[in-house]
Amino acid sequence: MHTTNAVNGANYLTYQGKYKGLLGWIFSTDHKRIGLLYLYSIATMFATGVLLGLAMKFELLAPGKTIMDAQTYNATFTVHGVIMIFMVVVPGLPAVFGNLMLPIMIGAKDVAFPKLNLLSWWLYVTGVVLVLCALLFGSGTPDTGWTFYAPYSFKSGTNLLPAIFGAFVLGFSSILTGLNFLVTIHRLRCPGMKWSKLPLFVWTLYGTAWIQLLATPVVGITLVLVALERVFGVGIFDPALGGDPVLYQHLFWIYSHPAVYIMILPAMGAISEIIPTFSQKHIFGYKAIIASTMAIAFVGYLVWGHHMFTAGMSGTAQYYFSLLTFIVAIPSAIKVFNWISTMYKGSINIQTPFYWAVSFIFVFMVGGLSGLVLGALATDIYVHDTAFVVAHFHYIVFGGTGFAFFAAMHYWFPKIFGRMYDKAWANIGWLVFFIGFLALYSPMFYLGMMGMPRRYYDYLEEFHGGNILSTLGSWVLVTGFIIIVVNLVRSARKGAPAEVNPWHSKTLEWTVPSPPPVLNFDKEPVLGEKDGPYNYE
Amino acid sequence: MNNMAEHQHAHVEHPDMYDPESSKIGMWLFIFTELLLFGGLFIVYSVYRYMNPDAFHLAAEELNTFIGAFNTVILLVSSMTIAMSTTALQKGHKKVAIALVVITFIIGIGFLVNKYFEWGIKFSHGIWPGSEQMLNEMSQGEILFFGLYFVMTGLHALHIIVGLIIMGFAIKGVANGKVNAKRPSLLDNCGLYWHLVDLIWIFLFPLFYLIH
Amino acid sequence: MSEDKHHHIVPYRLYVIVLVALLVLTFASIGITSIELGEFTVAAALLFAVVKSVLVLTYFMHLKYDKPYIKLMVAFVFAIFVVVIVITFLDYLYRV
Repeated sequence: MHTTNAVNGANYLTYQGKYKGLLGWIFSTDHKRIGLLYLYSIATMFATGVLLGLAMKFELLAPGKTIMDAQTYNATFTVHGVIMIFMVVVPGLPAVFGNLMLPIMIGAKDVAFPKLNLLSWWLYVTGVVLVLCALLFGSGTPDTGWTFYAPYSFKSGTNLLPAIFGAFVLGFSSILTGLNFLVTIHRLRCPGMKWSKLPLFVWTLYGTAWIQLLATPVVGITLVLVALERVFGVGIFDPALGGDPVLYQHLFWIYSHPAVYIMILPAMGAISEIIPTFSQKHIFGYKAIIASTMAIAFVGYLVWGHHMFTAGMSGTAQYYFSLLTFIVAIPSAIKVFNWISTMYKGSINIQTPFYWAVSFIFVFMVGGLSGLVLGALATDIYVHDTAFVVAHFHYIVFGGTGFAFFAAMHYWFPKIFGRMYDKAWANIGWLVFFIGFLALYSPMFYLGMMGMPRRYYDYLEEFHGGNILSTLGSWVLVTGFIIIVVNLVRSARKGAPAEVNPWHSKTLEWTVPSPPPVLNFDKEPVLGEKDGPYNYE
Repeated sequence: MNNMAEHQHAHVEHPDMYDPESSKIGMWLFIFTELLLFGGLFIVYSVYRYMNPDAFHLAAEELNTFIGAFNTVILLVSSMTIAMSTTALQKGHKKVAIALVVITFIIGIGFLVNKYFEWGIKFSHGIWPGSEQMLNEMSQGEILFFGLYFVMTGLHALHIIVGLIIMGFAIKGVANGKVNAKRPSLLDNCGLYWHLVDLIWIFLFPLFYLIH
Repeated sequence: MSEDKHHHIVPYRLYVIVLVALLVLTFASIGITSIELGEFTVAAALLFAVVKSVLVLTYFMHLKYDKPYIKLMVAFVFAIFVVVIVITFLDYLYRV
């Protein structure tokens, strides 16, 4: 054995504790094992969501009924939305890479409350099971859209209660993860790890955790109210009893708009790790990125009304929300500027994570700029609830968070599994996926501008061409996805052993063996005056 | 070798990470989420009150200020007793600490009993969410008022019950010595949670009972 | 505060004083809202509630003896909630 300590000789993947086999995983309080549990469960849900999305695209291949009727289509986009939002992108980066990497990046042995961390995962699984119950049993699959808008959400005859309760439980899981990370970042930094030396991924997790904590309870109580409305007829959002359905929208978006930032902030953090690593250069404007992260978290909390421009809000509120929406675009733009400036005059090492990161910047910018079209009052009236909106948020949520997720996956993969993936196939997978993505969503911008509404299983003949291209794109994208998954799964088992620091990165997780030992560090790391996360010079 | 791993296991899966400050911040962060949970309801309340001022005025007359005030007083007293229990624990007076938590527990039960009778009276008058009486005889504003009344005081009562359960664990911990002057976090956090329950009631009481 | 922050022991007497203050404020708010103040009834009731909650936060919840960053977090959370209410009312106050 090359190490003196028996436990550190085994890594976290092979180590056997009190329980054997599967039990040793699902009852493990090791943050890295929990991270992998999240990875596998989220990947499963993502694949499910992709299949539903594929089915919708197939339906839209031709006008009229192709493979499903209107009711089935409504149920499909509802379940697709619930799965992708609540089970994939909201927990996505924080629960997977936050759990896997956050404690190592700040030089800690684990998160502050390891048992609570395990509870979060169990709550996640419970929430997933509840939603699946709504799907398979009872009086029909929910058909309200993932937003559960009142008053339809308590009038619909479908089996909504388990879905609502499931979303509530998933929210609770998200809150506990956020709480855990906040305490971890406050209390468990290793000596010398000042706030000004935290890696940017950690900073973005910090901002994200605050949003998780402060926004999720609001949607929690709102969903409880809808459930009470359905069961008891309390009357809180029912216009027949004096309630105001627009108030439901306010409360719903007070959470669900910040939820967009829960998705995108850690994505930005991962990109902020990858760009300097592959440019071998100090990140440009470290403090500006931190400031813009916190600004996005804060301002993003106060712009929810831009989802409701056509719902009958007062003019004053509309001006206010439109103004703040434009303001929140500024810190995002600052980040893009910083990433590009980091690459400038760097010695760029083009590898798979870098391809993903650069394509992230591209799709994120397209998504962000099309968001301004929606943030402006006059144009929003025109494109509201059209395919344009669908294109916009898929560019942000799928293009932003999804691309960053794959970037992070290819970046940390050698650390997580201790093996390197086949780089050629990884690049091919990226290229196919990227082309598929562009073909799938870009036509929707055009279709929306031409007036094609979202959430219909049917469309006018004039929209046929764009829809064919979009459906073809979905097939290309899925092909790319399969290539990526097969390559990663294969490499996790049979890839060449990875070095400790294959990308020559400077953050702490690259100082420990790949895969990391159970307690992360042989002895607690100490950061000196000159150490820092991006000191490449 | 196997033995060795077994031995190490205890350190690996459950490293003793007791840190009173971590527990405290953790509890505070949880309290924030609770505040915003009720915060959502307060937003609903304030909007509907703004839209139906007269109906809310009228409906609030139906509530018994005396019972509300009585519950406020006992809840404030209970907040004091649980705060005192942490002082007692720090001073090493284990029995006093337990006695104070038990008193708090009893007061909490008393609060729930009052609430039970208060709701009971409303039910006997035919007022409950979705009841015939409400739908036929009340204005929309009154329906909203009582809907919110039942939801908000009900959710608050649920928190009282959770608080009582935590107190049960705290009493057990202090009794068997696991919670002591050096490791007071469970009792401290139990106290913080109970004060949160108190804090929410401080706002619920005037908004439902006094505004008439 | 004291150097030994973690072991700051709050005397029983202080808790009693705070309780008396809270009870006085409770009865005062019942008294003042029983007078017909029109629009100001709500404001008066809320004002008393705010003062009471500050007392509970400061003494019962020990914020007075906690580190500044915890105080800051609490203040921030209350502030952001007030902002959210104000923004929501930008809609309802100006509806036509």
